[in-house]
Amino acid sequence: MQPDISVQNLSKTYGDGFQALKNVSLDIQKGEIFALLGPNGAGKTTLISIICGLVNPSSGTVTAAGHDIVREFRAARQAIGLVPQELNTDSFEKVWNTVSFSRGLFGKPPNPAHIEKVLRDLSLWDKRNNRVMSLSGGMKRRVMIAKALSHEPDILFLDEPTAGVDVELRRDMWEMVRKLRESGVTIILTTHYIEEAEEMADRIGVIRNGELILVEDKATLMSKLGRKELRLHLQAPLEELPPELKDQPIELSEDGYELIYTFDSQQEQAGVALLLRTLGELGVEYRDLQTRESSLEEIFVGLVHHD
Amino acid sequence: MNLYGILAIYKFEMARMWRTLMQSVASPVISTSLYFVVFGSAIGSRMGDIDGISYGAYIIPGLIMLTLLMQSISNASFGIYMPRFSGTIYEVLSAPVSYIEVVIGYVGAAATKSVILGLIILATARLFVDYSVLHPVWMISFLVLTAVTFSLFGFIIGVWADGFEKLQIVPLMIVTPLVFLGGTFYSIDMLPEIWQTITLFNPVVYLISGFRWAFYGVSDIHIGISVGMIMVFLTLCMVLIAWIFRTGYRLKP
Repeated sequence: MQPDISVQNLSKTYGDGFQALKNVSLDIQKGEIFALLGPNGAGKTTLISIICGLVNPSSGTVTAAGHDIVREFRAARQAIGLVPQELNTDSFEKVWNTVSFSRGLFGKPPNPAHIEKVLRDLSLWDKRNNRVMSLSGGMKRRVMIAKALSHEPDILFLDEPTAGVDVELRRDMWEMVRKLRESGVTIILTTHYIEEAEEMADRIGVIRNGELILVEDKATLMSKLGRKELRLHLQAPLEELPPELKDQPIELSEDGYELIYTFDSQQEQAGVALLLRTLGELGVEYRDLQTRESSLEEIFVGLVHHD
Repeated sequence: MNLYGILAIYKFEMARMWRTLMQSVASPVISTSLYFVVFGSAIGSRMGDIDGISYGAYIIPGLIMLTLLMQSISNASFGIYMPRFSGTIYEVLSAPVSYIEVVIGYVGAAATKSVILGLIILATARLFVDYSVLHPVWMISFLVLTAVTFSLFGFIIGVWADGFEKLQIVPLMIVTPLVFLGGTFYSIDMLPEIWQTITLFNPVVYLISGFRWAFYGVSDIHIGISVGMIMVFLTLCMVLIAWIFRTGYRLKP
């Protein structure tokens, strides 16, 4: 199947010589939710900006919905909705007007029923006659999303959609993203919140210093790089780690009451079974045990700080 | 052609005019009325006719031009500068509109506003002085052509400006002196010979002269030359705008 977005050997060097993207290639399939992770200044926004037509690429090609973003910019851009990071709104406009404006700008004939649906879905209907400047930050964010959805795009870019947004709105937004995906919309989001990527994404791309260092299915990524931890709470404290366990990835807590065993989630069974058997043989008794899987955040920190 | 896109920009810009009606319409009308009161009625009644036209009537085309140029430039420059300043320009840049369509939307709205204003001032002038328009079709054509040309020029300024003061500099420091020295209040025949020659380097002379010809059939410069000069300036602006969009100058890094 032809990818919905195809980025080939994309590079961008800004006028001041800063190389924001280095030979990035990436395919995103129709209907998937793709999360782009990376620290500040890694190139996430530049990548999105090029695809959406805000920044000129230095080299490489991009197609969106099968159309080259430069040669067939009309068809490509018509398929795309963009919610940028900054809250850039027309302060003096009314909500209804600014959302209708966006629909017209993207070449679609007026459709009040659709605008109403978008506004209702985003809980903006009651505010439709308010000027944008009278809205709270969270509401303005919703207006930006409504604008991006006004022309019924097949591809939606959300650049840091939940930055500075309260918990309720974040939940609402996740819900909305899921609904959009069910209707077949492809979603690309950048985020600092790993929780967000973990919660929503099908695939994850990690970008660092302008290079796409990893693109992986979320589940695969978690299992491939995920670490698991087994904590055993002991009946009686140990003074030191028994010599039989010294060559294993085990640590003893300072108070001697806890044994912490770290292992790759893929080879878990064998290691854990062996450990428990050894402890039984040594007569070390435990009253409780718990396992914990490392979060995407820990994986991510491990990746971007790895040189 | 993205007609809905052009219409969206056009309507957005026109809505801005209605929102700021006082500023957009009232202030130029009031200031022009003052000119008519002072130069047309008060001082004009003591002045002799120029080229057989009463002084009050003689200055009408020049005063309309003054407002037309100032308003075209400030409307268009503000129209494109504001989205750049507030960041909402992202939407226009990411939309399926070509640069020609963007320009038609912004410049079309700016020119419409200035033409409406020009006509309002023309009607206001009637309250102070008597005049007739000899070539109405030419008069309207001149009005529209000048409004479009200077709105294009304003669009360029709006893209170039990186602060509010720069938006003001060109209309205030360049256009106002050129209009005042361009024969709004006098015929260039009245100047010493050397100044007559120097004046010919002032592009506004051609606009005012041509516009006055449309009113009264008399002009300092042949009407063909006037039209030619506007066309030259129009082309120059279009070439510059094409360059802006091709290179992404100050719009697209």
